[in-house]
Amino acid sequence: MGNVNIKINGTPVSVPEGTTILEAARKLGIEIPTLCFLKEINEIGACRICVVEVKGARNLVASCVQKVTEGMEVFTHTPKVQKSRKLTLELILSTHDKQCLSCVRSGSCELQMLCQEFGVDDEQYYEGHNPQYYNDDSTVHLVRDNNKCILCRRCVAACQAQNVNVIGTNSRGFNTHIGCAFERDLGDVACVSCGQCIVNCPTGALTEKDDTEKVWEALADPTKHVIVHTAPSIRVTLGESFGMKIGTNVKGKMINALRRIGFEKVFDTDVTADLTIVEEAHELLDRINNGGKLPLITSCSPGWIKFCEHFYPELIPHLSTCKSPQQMFGAIAKTWYAQQEGIDPKDIFVVSIMPCTAKKFEAKRSGQAASGYPDIDVALTTRELVRMINRASIRFKDLPDDGEFDNPIGLSTGAGAIFGATGGVMEAALRTAAEWLEGKPIENVEYTEVRGIKGIKEAIYKIAGMEVKVAVASGLKNATILMDKIKKGEAGYHFIEIMACPGGCVNGGGQPVQHAVVRNFVDLVARRAKALYEEDRHLPLRKSHDNPAIKALYDEFLGSPGSHKAHEILHTHYVARQIY
Amino acid sequence: MKEVRECCCHHPETKEELYEALNQVLDKYERKESNLIQILHMTQAIFGYLPEDVLKYIAEEMDLPLSKIFGVVTFYSLFSTQPKGRHTIQVCMGTACYVKGADKVLNEILDKLGIKLGETTKDGRFSVQVMRCIGACGLAPAISIDGDILKHVTVNMVDDILKRYE
Repeated sequence: MGNVNIKINGTPVSVPEGTTILEAARKLGIEIPTLCFLKEINEIGACRICVVEVKGARNLVASCVQKVTEGMEVFTHTPKVQKSRKLTLELILSTHDKQCLSCVRSGSCELQMLCQEFGVDDEQYYEGHNPQYYNDDSTVHLVRDNNKCILCRRCVAACQAQNVNVIGTNSRGFNTHIGCAFERDLGDVACVSCGQCIVNCPTGALTEKDDTEKVWEALADPTKHVIVHTAPSIRVTLGESFGMKIGTNVKGKMINALRRIGFEKVFDTDVTADLTIVEEAHELLDRINNGGKLPLITSCSPGWIKFCEHFYPELIPHLSTCKSPQQMFGAIAKTWYAQQEGIDPKDIFVVSIMPCTAKKFEAKRSGQAASGYPDIDVALTTRELVRMINRASIRFKDLPDDGEFDNPIGLSTGAGAIFGATGGVMEAALRTAAEWLEGKPIENVEYTEVRGIKGIKEAIYKIAGMEVKVAVASGLKNATILMDKIKKGEAGYHFIEIMACPGGCVNGGGQPVQHAVVRNFVDLVARRAKALYEEDRHLPLRKSHDNPAIKALYDEFLGSPGSHKAHEILHTHYVARQIY
Repeated sequence: MKEVRECCCHHPETKEELYEALNQVLDKYERKESNLIQILHMTQAIFGYLPEDVLKYIAEEMDLPLSKIFGVVTFYSLFSTQPKGRHTIQVCMGTACYVKGADKVLNEILDKLGIKLGETTKDGRFSVQVMRCIGACGLAPAISIDGDILKHVTVNMVDDILKRYE
């Protein structure tokens, strides 16, 4: 493909054929504002914020979808353009609930930022009849407030990109709104609670259900022993909310912040990620050796589990019965740890910090109460943790980096760390399974074929004379492709890792919100994941089964992997669900 | 519309017959997404409206999300997810009729029947819709009941008109 020569604001620039004006302008350091545009998944040119003047064109054109042509002359901020953008913002605001002061997205709202830039502030201008919507808080994980919706349809695109498709654009004209078929609540449809709609929403129309109050209450209750554990990916995303570079590992600061908030113990979900691996690798070998259902599919991602239950209930027997690391943590905390510390499990309050909104759903599932009490009391997203840190007036950036996790659920391996990236669980499981199969220590622990941001990755490994065929998928559309293969009997895999969110937990629905411009033009997933692989490389222990905490847990409490006790405490079951 | 009546000429009545007619429509339009509006149109002619179960069936058959189909259905005012009444009243809201007071006639009808626009009365007698100009501006304000045009309708006439339809 050849290059096209154009001029933007008089400056010549040469870009490949097929480039949009928006992308071409970026080459010159001009960031044309957008609202509805999401690269590849929502290129609909609907919001009209990105309009520019093109010499010879009758009307302003939408730069996000208009491709450049030879000799094109573009003007990105003429008075005509600015006037149009301002008018568009005013029209959007005319039906927008402007209660910005307490909105959780205040400060990170894309609409608010643009209104500030364009000086849109004439309150009286927006008076008049407005459609009124009730808040849909029917799910355990999110709240939809259509009064703050600007109809950009990014959430619809995200839901479609996940192949979940439970939301769409209903009605028309002034009554247009985002909703489910037959105006059902989200709690009554096959929403898998992945939260990708939330991280793609430009405003406060979609937010996680805030559970921080419950945690503050527990922290203030002297009868409660309140402990917290943080998922592998939190340490590499949390810093973004405090102005730090994407991909900064803030483990030490994070632990210090949690202590300052008042948690009695700060533990690491990485440890129970290791535990998941030990149990899951055992399950895999058991299925291979004893003719069990193959391929075995990972069960760490609760959004994926719910998706499988709704859309592929016939494949449920393929799912690993292992609880996720979050649930294993709670199960261990309220049994083994409770016993060790001499605390009644009813007085232990377990808080998870998760990259994920589906973890809120998972915590409320049946079969997730090893001690007789729910394994997890509250699952918070990374964003809710940010809110708690701010509420506690902690200057995060100034905290020392020396924070260390508590024992006994604090010492983890590199295998646990990489759980947060797509392919990480697979690699961690291979490190353990290979060593068990070979019956001797294995030097090279890096399975690079399953790394990277590709949606589907496949590899065949020769282990102990046996060819082990594996596949990794992230994003539910990719999961669909693998599941359809299994259904047709075409796959022949032994082991499959699936993460609901594209790129895995580092891009989870509970992670810090990044504006569309970052999502469109920065490789968020790769940068965040890189920090996890860095952590793995520098840890002395990199195989889950080498973790002394895990060894102690089995020696003192569970017996051996896959034991009866391990099954009672660390495994669960699934249910077939309807699509409609 | 005429075409559908021909293609399902056995006057389908049972559920099986209705779905058989629907299958014929789906076959004819090759279950293509680009034919969705046509398919919905024909489906409404077969069932009288677009019931939820039928839309789910279409979603499955066409491998389309129900949310997407529902979006299309609610976009066009001609589509209805509610059963139609025995009589369909259509009030012309074209410019001429509007200027001559069609909105007042419409409100009177809705008030008398105790329903909102697009709804059907509980007894299944009437459904009320609006349409844009029907090209009978000389008769403004005009309404149509079951296809018959009534001319120069005033608010005072509404009661008598409704009484004529059981």
